[in-house]
Order: sequence, then structure tokens, then C-alpha cells
Amino acid sequence: MNDVERTAVTTATWPAVGAEPAPALQVEALVKSFPGGRRVIDGLDLTVAAGEAVALIGANGTGKSTLLRMAVRLVEPDSGAIRLFGEDVCAARGRTLSRLRSRVGFVFQKHNLVTRLSALSNVVHGVQARRSGPRTWHQAWARRVDREEAMACLEAVGLADRAMQTVGSLSGGQSQRVAIARMLMQRPELVLADEPDASLDPRAGEEIMGLLARLARDKGLGLVFVSHHMEHAVGFSDRVVGLAGGRVALDRPAAGTDPALLEAFFDGPQATERVVPLRRVAMGAAS
Amino acid sequence: MTPSTLRTGLPARFERPPVSRAVLLVAAMAFLAWAFAGSGLDAGKLARGIPAVGSILDRMIPPSLERLDSILLSLLVTFQMAVAGCVLGLVLSLPLAVLAADGLSPHPLVRVAARGLIALFRTVPDLVWALLFVIAVGLGPAAGVLAIMVDTIGFAARFFAEAMEETDKGPREALTALGARRLGLIASAVVPDAMPAFVATSLFCLEKATRASVVLGLVGAGGIGVELKVAFDLFDYDTASTIILVVFALVVLVEQAGAFLRRRLI
Repeated sequence: MNDVERTAVTTATWPAVGAEPAPALQVEALVKSFPGGRRVIDGLDLTVAAGEAVALIGANGTGKSTLLRMAVRLVEPDSGAIRLFGEDVCAARGRTLSRLRSRVGFVFQKHNLVTRLSALSNVVHGVQARRSGPRTWHQAWARRVDREEAMACLEAVGLADRAMQTVGSLSGGQSQRVAIARMLMQRPELVLADEPDASLDPRAGEEIMGLLARLARDKGLGLVFVSHHMEHAVGFSDRVVGLAGGRVALDRPAAGTDPALLEAFFDGPQATERVVPLRRVAMGAAS
Repeated sequence: MTPSTLRTGLPARFERPPVSRAVLLVAAMAFLAWAFAGSGLDAGKLARGIPAVGSILDRMIPPSLERLDSILLSLLVTFQMAVAGCVLGLVLSLPLAVLAADGLSPHPLVRVAARGLIALFRTVPDLVWALLFVIAVGLGPAAGVLAIMVDTIGFAARFFAEAMEETDKGPREALTALGARRLGLIASAVVPDAMPAFVATSLFCLEKATRASVVLGLVGAGGIGVELKVAFDLFDYDTASTIILVVFALVVLVEQAGAFLRRRLI
């Protein structure tokens, strides 16, 4: 789909001119259980506005990654509603689902790149969000315009000089940069990042988070990221959302939040009680 | 931690096998005895056969170089048969493997059908395929090429499918998440990841096809096998030994080339 087509689809599904744009991501009464009966998500509600940066925090197994994966239907929800840019994700099939997915860039914890291929080839793959066919499979036979755009994406993440290196030969931080470049190649409107700083050393992790947040801000993209680093959660988002017991248990603006205070959120079942004051702050801020 | 602090005691080094395993072992031994009994193997017959083998070997040495030109020409045809049949088989194996691979096949029924076809190609011996193709297209190398092709599909498609199933799911998931189509996902993420396995399987197929192409001539499917059959039929053992030696040289050459390419490419 070219840009003109994308604009046409977008304007057709969004509210009329003058109205507020549809939220980038809207989740209502979402439920997901895994085999064995464990309910990971239990009636979760969440709205992310267009262009907003949201940090998702929570202990392991609280459904943060599952929530992001369900947003693009990599995992199927049991019940509830998920809307991307106002469109029902759960009802989407075939090309409609592909088109919705193409508007969302996903950055994975383990980068999910083809390690035997060059960085440039991996970035060229991002064009498959808009086009299909053999010319999107490998940089060697990609269109000139796509190769140029892929190189520009690599330049944006500071890896243009490593374009022809295989991803397997790059460091973890460089590899994650390639994944971000592939996401940029996709020209998304919303970025979902599942612990992009997890497999990296502290400095590389902070660089990656900074890069992701800066690119999202510069391009006006929505950003929802999962992080276990409270400094990153507070420093690179507009809003911090904490999950516990399969629901949103914390929702407050990042500005003015002390990262050390958020650590209390990870103290097990007692966390909820400690979180109450935080939630009150969030509600106060919202009102 | 000192041994005196252990609360549970040391577990036995070897566990006593359960009765069911002992019964299974006895059944397996009985099955083996039954198979040998039915095979007609007789120590006396074997002992009496040794002098006959010695006599044939005696008549094979020294190998005759009288018809070396035509033998080498037949060997070349044999190798051409192997290469052509193998390449055709490998090319057809890839789409069939995609249809048969778990997670890549468009529908479970398609997957079952593709797996069934591959199993059919693999379980029917190449010699039987050669006989069928000799009837279909007549005597000569074309029947051999088709037999090798089918045999290669039966072997390679299964390994290609398994190699693709074992590829890293991450890149596949990433391309799915960005809205890539199935074909793009396979070509961009699965095939590059499975390429080393594809190369190894393909080279092994070529070695297998080279060996098979020699035997296929025995049923009239072209190549040096025809020469070998004629030599044995005419009790021309010294020519037969020449043929066996050049076939041995070809197979070793292909295997060594395959090993070299495997080291370089994988």
C-alpha cells in the first residue's frame, strides 16, 4: 500500500475532521488465559492516545508482553476488544489484518532478525509492510528507492557503515539498532517495544531506549514499551502504566514520578496497597 | 556442604529396569531370531560360496582397459543423469516441503497430502520407479533421470520441511507482526535461516543420486549400469571390474567434492 492509499484508509476509518483522532491503541475488558488455566490478563482496560509514549511495568508473568502481542494478534485474546487507530483488530482477517499490522512497528526483546543476512537486507524486509514480491526479499534485488530508504533508516540508528555486515556478526546493541531501523522502514504510526533494553548492558540499553524514544518523538509516533528499568520507564515515557493481577494497577504521568517509588510496585501481593497512593495521584492528575 | 548435612541420602547409580522393559527386550530378541530364521542364511552355504567368490575375483584381476573409452562415456552419462535428476528433484522439493512443513503449510489437509506424497516417493525404492519410468518413457537415461528426480523429492522434501520447521521462529514472528504475506515470510526469514541445511541435504542428495544412477542402468534406465549388466551377463569379469573401479572413483570424487563444498558453504 502506498502513502496515498494509507492516508485514504486512515481517514476513512478515523472520525470526521474536527473530532479527536482515534486512540492509537484501545483495549477493553481483555481476557487471556494460557494452557493450565492461568489467567494472565483479566479484564484489562487501557487507552493509548496517538503520539503518546507509555511505559508498561510489572513483575514477570503479569501479561505485559502478552498484551503487546495481542495488540497485533501474534497471540489471540480469549475475549474483550482491541482497537488500533479505531479499527477492531479482533475482527480483522487476511489483508485487513496485514494492513493494520503494517501500521504498527514491533521491536522485540530478542531482536528477531535473520542473523545470516546483512543488516541492509533485514531493514529492506520492513518494506513488506507496504509491498510484497521478490524485490522485498533481499537487498540485492530490492528497488533502488527501497535500498536508499533502508540506508537512511540505518543512518538514523547510526549503523550505515555496517550495512553489509551479517547481523550475526553484530553486537547485541547494534543488532537491536538494526531491528529499530527495520521498524522505521515500515513507516509505522505506533511502536510497540517489548523490553528492547532487556538483553543489553546498562549503557547500550539506555542508548537504545533513548534512540527509540527520540525517533518516536521526532516522527510523532505513539510508543508503548515494556521495561524493567524504572529509570527508563520514567525517563522515556509520558505515562507509566503498571500491570498486576491481569489488570492496570497503576497509571500515572511519568513527569514528577520518582523511579525509586515505582520499585515498590514489584513487591508482590502487598504491592497493590502500596500502589493505591500512586493510583490516587494518577486519578488526581487525570482529573 | 558436607555429606553429613544430606537429608535425603544418595540416589542409586543405576535404576532397576521395570518389568515392561525386560519383556520388551525379550520380545525384541525373539523378533530378531525370527528374522534370521526366515532369511535363509546358512553357514554351510556361505562357506561353500567363498571359493566361488574367490574364482570370480581371480577372473576380475587384472581389470581390462580394452573398452575404457566407452566405459568412461557411459560414466559421464551416468553422472549427467545424476545431476539432472537431482537438480530437478531439489527444485521440486522446495515448494512441496513448504506445503508439508508445520507452521508454513496453508492448511492442515494440504500438509497431510504433501507429507503423504513425500512418503510415497520415499518408500517406493528407486529401482521400482526406474522400472515404471522405463515402461512410461522407454529404455535410456530419461527414465533414470525421472527415477532419480522422484527419489530425490522423497528424500530432500522431507529434510527441507524439517529444516524449515526448526528455523528460528523470531524473524518469522517479526515479519508476521509487520504484516508480511506468507510467501515473503518464507522467502525472507525461513529460507535464509534453513539454507545451511538445504546445502547439506542437496550435496548429500547428489552423492546418493550418483550411487543410485549406477544401479538404475541394471533395469535399462541408462548409464553405466547397462554396461555392468552386459559385462556380468557375458561373464566378462575383467571389464566388470574396470566398471566397478571407475564407478568407485566417481562416487569417491563426488563425496569428496561434497565434503569440500559443505566446509566452504556452511
